Amino acid sequence: MISRPLAAPEAVSFPGMPRLVAITGIAGNLGKALASMLHTETQIVGIDRRPFREKPKDVAHYQVDIRKRKLGEVFRRHRIEALIHVGIMHDPRIPFSEAHSFNILGSHKVFELCVQHGVKKVVVLSSANVYGPLPENSNFLTEETPLMAADRYSDVRDLIELDMYAQSFLWKHPEIETVVLRPVHIVGPTVRNAPSNYLRLERPITVLGFDPMIQLIHVDDVCRAIVLALRPGVRGVYNVTGPGEVPLSTILKELGRKPVPVPHFLVRTLLRRAFEARLTSFPPEEVDHLQYLCAVDGSRAARDLGYAPRHSLRETIRSVLQNAG
Amino acid sequence: MSHLGAALRERLRALTFELGGPGTRERLEKLTPPRNEYGVDPYGFDVDFAVAAIAPFLWLYRKYFRVQVHGIERVPIEGRVLLVPNHSGQLPFDAAMLAMACLVDMDPPRFVRGLVEKWVPTLPFVASFYAQLGQVVGTPENCRRLLAAEEAIMVFPEGVRGLNKLFRERYRLQDFGHGFMRLALEAEAPIVPVGIVGAEEQAPALADLKPLARLLAMPALPVTPTPLALPLPTRYHIHVGEPMRFSGSPDDDDAVLEEKVTAVKRAVQQLLDEGVRARKHVFW
Repeated sequence: MISRPLAAPEAVSFPGMPRLVAITGIAGNLGKALASMLHTETQIVGIDRRPFREKPKDVAHYQVDIRKRKLGEVFRRHRIEALIHVGIMHDPRIPFSEAHSFNILGSHKVFELCVQHGVKKVVVLSSANVYGPLPENSNFLTEETPLMAADRYSDVRDLIELDMYAQSFLWKHPEIETVVLRPVHIVGPTVRNAPSNYLRLERPITVLGFDPMIQLIHVDDVCRAIVLALRPGVRGVYNVTGPGEVPLSTILKELGRKPVPVPHFLVRTLLRRAFEARLTSFPPEEVDHLQYLCAVDGSRAARDLGYAPRHSLRETIRSVLQNAG
Repeated sequence: MSHLGAALRERLRALTFELGGPGTRERLEKLTPPRNEYGVDPYGFDVDFAVAAIAPFLWLYRKYFRVQVHGIERVPIEGRVLLVPNHSGQLPFDAAMLAMACLVDMDPPRFVRGLVEKWVPTLPFVASFYAQLGQVVGTPENCRRLLAAEEAIMVFPEGVRGLNKLFRERYRLQDFGHGFMRLALEAEAPIVPVGIVGAEEQAPALADLKPLARLLAMPALPVTPTPLALPLPTRYHIHVGEPMRFSGSPDDDDAVLEEKVTAVKRAVQQLLDEGVRARKHVFW
């Protein structure tokens, strides 16, 4: 059965739960957490090109690349009612072209099959990063805010393209309930994304004289929001927020870190060098998040999805510490 | 380091209570903005920090500009409201002094948020300092959100045009933007006109080197007799007018809005004219 650290988060259930849910990227952190949250509630089909270790017995897993023809077989074999698309590559170490092809071509393929096979619900995981940390940002960005992240760095264009594509899909296919979720920085004991890795550094770099408000969300809370998005009738774009916002310095203090402040005119060059020399895994383009605001208003998700985070601010911050190695 | 910081903070807090006069501590304790477990509100405002950090501003308020407040009781003690003053003085001490007036000369005190220029978040230290004091970037979205939360905000419709006006333009209001009126109509919030006398002479600008300012990505580069546009110890008089209420659609034509904006501008100008006439001297 499931081993630690996959302790099953509390299950979420509601009337009208789709009878068969496909999850792309099920072997990833979020996918695994979703599987353990959902497999007792409904039938699950996993899709990932990676093997799914620690798989619950009642989950059928298909080890396929979502860009490949073989993906169609999964749709033909199972009557998929809802699909959760979290199989998006974020690893900054993977060549841009490879990630781009996987994310964009793969997503197109997935969406196409959903139309062909009459999938009723598609939930796409985007990110609040699509708005981009900019000095002129309002304190709480709503879903209508233009996606300006690529204004400063083109590397997030992938994510924006996917988000936009999902939005156009939402309008083009009124017969499918499409939900685009834009969670804030996801953290958790086994999460290995840029923000979690950053918060695990003993001596993280900060930008001298800047201390933006940061929003974090526990991976379990993201899963809960995703599951709630499966509810019949829910469609649209939603920001998903955690238990609140605090200055970056407060988070680092809570974690007992010793920040290394670097002047803003040096930090980017310095980090790029360090990144290229593999001295740090912190992507240089993420520096903006240490300098400017990119916080969102999550009230629409609270209202329409009935979503509320279960983890407190302190629990969420400290979740990066429970490192399972 | 941190205990040094804590000691300094304690000293500053004590200074704040001393400068504020008797009862200041009790009054400031009535400030209870929403706070999370780390003591900050969603915008980053930290009351404990602010009570310490305002000490230097309070010193300016009491000892340097020796601010005299007239009609502060006209500022509503609760509910959404826009304070609309004139803007001048090269550096925004007028905003700070008005905020101080609402903190130490009102009972209960009212925390009024300032809205800062979009370039402030790009300035190291200033960005984080302002955020801890609860100042936010002046986007319409931010204003809407704050008014909806029944907060008081300070809006300078003259903007940088007012702040960087030249000495010969003192007490002549620059063009008012329309944004504040749209916000007030949308939120059905009252507008309190304010005339700040004294700030307009604090840093007499003889010229504004606009091209050089553009080069340095600054909104203006004033040439003043005092270095860095440091203010002279002029005496401030803050005159608060009667709250004004407007009705209508925020989407009305500019011409319709213009009328309402002009009414506010006239009220501020009147407060200024009367204030300038009533004072005995620029410096005392």
